[in-house]
Amino acid sequence: MGEENKVKVAIVGSGNIGTDLMYKLLKEPGHMELMMLAGIDPDSEGLKRARGEGVGATHEGIEKILGDEEIGIVFDATSAKAHVRHARMLREAGKVAVDLTPAARGPYVVPTANLTEHLDKDNVNLMTCGAQATVPMAHAVSQVAPLRYAEMVSTISSLSAGAGTRQNIDEFTFTTSQGLEQIGGAREGKAIIILNPADPPLIMRNTVYAVTENEEIDEGAIADSVHEVVAEVQKTVPGYQLKNGPTFDVRTTPWGERPVVMMFLEVEGAGDFLPKYSGNLDIMTASARKVGEAIARHRLGVEEEVVA
Amino acid sequence: MKVRITDTSLRDGSHAMSHQFTAEQVREVAGALDEAGVPVIEVTHGDGLAGSSIQYGFSRQSEMDLISAAADACDRAKIAALLIPGIGTVPRLKEAVERGVGILRIATHCTEADISQEHFEVAKEMGLETVGFLMMAHMRPSGELLEQAKLMQSYGADCVYIVDSAGAMLPDEAGEKVDVFKQNLECQVGYHAHNNLGVAIGDNLAALEAGADQIDGSLRGLGAGAGNAPTELLAAVLDKKGVETGLDVFALMDAAEYTIAPMMPFQPFPDRDSITIGYAGVYSTFLLHAKEAATRHKMDQREILVELGRRQAVAGQEDWIIDVAMELASEKQVS
Repeated sequence: MGEENKVKVAIVGSGNIGTDLMYKLLKEPGHMELMMLAGIDPDSEGLKRARGEGVGATHEGIEKILGDEEIGIVFDATSAKAHVRHARMLREAGKVAVDLTPAARGPYVVPTANLTEHLDKDNVNLMTCGAQATVPMAHAVSQVAPLRYAEMVSTISSLSAGAGTRQNIDEFTFTTSQGLEQIGGAREGKAIIILNPADPPLIMRNTVYAVTENEEIDEGAIADSVHEVVAEVQKTVPGYQLKNGPTFDVRTTPWGERPVVMMFLEVEGAGDFLPKYSGNLDIMTASARKVGEAIARHRLGVEEEVVA
Repeated sequence: MKVRITDTSLRDGSHAMSHQFTAEQVREVAGALDEAGVPVIEVTHGDGLAGSSIQYGFSRQSEMDLISAAADACDRAKIAALLIPGIGTVPRLKEAVERGVGILRIATHCTEADISQEHFEVAKEMGLETVGFLMMAHMRPSGELLEQAKLMQSYGADCVYIVDSAGAMLPDEAGEKVDVFKQNLECQVGYHAHNNLGVAIGDNLAALEAGADQIDGSLRGLGAGAGNAPTELLAAVLDKKGVETGLDVFALMDAAEYTIAPMMPFQPFPDRDSITIGYAGVYSTFLLHAKEAATRHKMDQREILVELGRRQAVAGQEDWIIDVAMELASEKQVS
């Protein structure tokens, strides 16, 4: 693959997420070439590691990225507040933003559900880790059985919940429930997040409950759709596992006695930079790489490779 | 000696009622509590604002309507609501205030106080009295709890509670923890007990001896697990002890006997399942969910509860009950 077949990319944000994403892009560049990791602290671990890997490192924030005309796609792993500013700058500089913060300047993207719909947008948003983990399941069910309601519960280890999540935990619930509705296909979505300080740290767990519109459901078709989507997500996130389910129950709901589909998921990280228990962070960086790759291919006019 | 009692029949009791309280019931209970001189009445889904869900059980009637009903029924008592960050949100909090909530109790797991900052700040801006709830407080020593309490104090908490969500603490531990808080905090200190090991009243007495400013009760002990310290019993005991509460002992006994008892699906008490919860140190609310899962998978709910304790489950992880039950059931099939 020659250089002409690659889109040059950069990451802004040299914290845990940005650094993990750097390793993913180095390990599996696809049609992307990582040019730069930008931070604001010259002594940050991420920038040191970038220098060690021969990736351009700058502590002057987004400026250098904006000044480099060759860079086409920029992953933003800073904060929602910073991205609001970055989004405008990147658009003016003609660069595509893949946003890992909850700023939601562009449409929401979940790779297995709606990736191809937004390949020509100048900004796409990955919502939350919980959404990346659970929206595919709601989507899998809603493809076969229309959903009145979808609810997700994420339990993540305390150690993997950063300051951004902690200071604005409401944002997680709003954005994730919107994802369950807009992409998951549920008429109404609800999200709950729980931090657990267990030692050793627990691996990210997610539970999805889906209430169908109809009282009669085809359990076999739902199970097939769920297993198919799990396999699809695993191509991007190998540690994504359906531990239990789909299991079917009937519950009293505000809409009467309704079938409820339950799925119990575990997400173990790849351990590229972040510890394996923080599957919540890994699923964000893995999804970001996947989205970046799809946009890069689209720009280059390269068809998706069919993996045998 | 003086203490403020918050009655939580209409919030913690919501768990034992499987969240089926009606506005009419809430009006009756709140009215009776108000007449008996209870200064604070907590009304919300058991898991706080926005708790109505598959995970915790849907509310029969909107919690906002229940809050309005309670506020309408009270002349003197203040209405409190519970908010658990990660479940409840700022918009819900604002709606609850419009419906008549004057005190917000904000609960986090006892190591995660920093997720409550936004909610405390919004509540203070709105002029509310605020209470911090450090749940599952038996899981950490007093020094670590104190650090978390100081965070809540710095966000604007008027009081921080040591919350024995698992009913796992004995009076010595309750007293020691309250004492450390009293020595080191400027805000008030509270204690919330569960009767899983049969010592809810004893825990409250120890907390009072150590200087607690606020404690909780519920009529007939209606609450999660084996329930809370019965408010009518607290009133009688504290009166004998010469503690000033402003409560009318006989009126509370009547409220327990004639108002709430006829509504109760069962009388919470330390039966084998609740004792297991206190003994294994798991969230009291798991009681009914574990019973249901155990029935479904034909197993002893104590196996599920003990396994949840081993996995260090925290408040709100009801989904793990189903998950653990399924795993235990499939292990049995294999062996």
